[in-house]
Amino acid sequence: MSLVPNAVMTFASPAKGEGFTPPSPEDFNLPPVGPSSSFELFGQTWALGVTKPILQLLLAAGVVFVFFYASSRQRAMVPSKLQYVGEAGYGFVRNSLGRDVIGSEHFMRFVPYLFALFFFILLNNLFSTIPFIQFPTFSRSGMVYGLAALSWVIYNAVGIQKHGFGGYLKLQTMPPGVPKPMLIILIPLEFLSNILVRPFTLALRLFANMFAGHLLLILFALGGEYLLLEGDALVKPVGVLTWLLFIAISFLELLVQFLQAFIFVILSALYISSAVADEH
Amino acid sequence: MEGTVNGSLNMIGYGLAAIGPGVGIGLIFAAYIQGVARQPEAQGRLQTIAFIGFALAEALAIIGIGLAFALG
Repeated sequence: MSLVPNAVMTFASPAKGEGFTPPSPEDFNLPPVGPSSSFELFGQTWALGVTKPILQLLLAAGVVFVFFYASSRQRAMVPSKLQYVGEAGYGFVRNSLGRDVIGSEHFMRFVPYLFALFFFILLNNLFSTIPFIQFPTFSRSGMVYGLAALSWVIYNAVGIQKHGFGGYLKLQTMPPGVPKPMLIILIPLEFLSNILVRPFTLALRLFANMFAGHLLLILFALGGEYLLLEGDALVKPVGVLTWLLFIAISFLELLVQFLQAFIFVILSALYISSAVADEH
Repeated sequence: MEGTVNGSLNMIGYGLAAIGPGVGIGLIFAAYIQGVARQPEAQGRLQTIAFIGFALAEALAIIGIGLAFALG
């Protein structure tokens, strides 16, 4: 079993004289690793096999677990470096994503979920930059729908658990202090916005950012290569410039990767906090 | 000079549609920064409100990119 070494490397460079083929969404369909089969359903061909993003999900879960298990195993008054890093990461999620958003009364229940979610997403996003992996797991939308569905189930479940089904629907769809006639318009709108659209925007925000960022990086890498190999003598330096910009954009992407993990978790926390909020 | 451009007009439409949410998100965070600068101790509360507004404004851009691909 071998991993595809590098997302950029998987694209055959065009032969001399051929035009430049820009990267497309098809470039994200990595072939299955190891044995695979396919079947027909709804008029489409579905592949059944293990692909690179699936392996990355498992790797990320393993690395996050092992790192935080090791950093919290030997707790000491004077922390070791490993323990310090682990506690700083935990403290960041607990305080700025948990306590500040959900409120100091009942945030501790949700800290384990938010904490695991944040570092899982962060590592999966960083895979986009880590050498020899260089493929963001969440640039495949299916991976993100799973995460968003989990957050959706959790915030609805804790809301229903606290307020009952009717009470929860009332909390989510009837903003307080609104004149009665307005409710005819507001209830469907709020229901759409708070219950139906939320999981999709949550998932697509992460997916679209990872997808677009990686596409941009592929474009710069392939474009620079094409200019260097195929361009005229005067154009070749532009290829070098393109590769320099590739490096600059990689740093921008690092920022985006962190930010998107942060935003996914802070929005999950916000939805939880709005679901467990006391009635006005 | 002659040339052909291939591609989907959807993407131009999406670019235009993203202007609105872009301006909106800028306004939200501008107000958030200003609020924190004036009253740093309110950061915790303002952050929550700012991210609710950000999520609502960005939902439009996200629905836009979804439709740009779906209505190809």
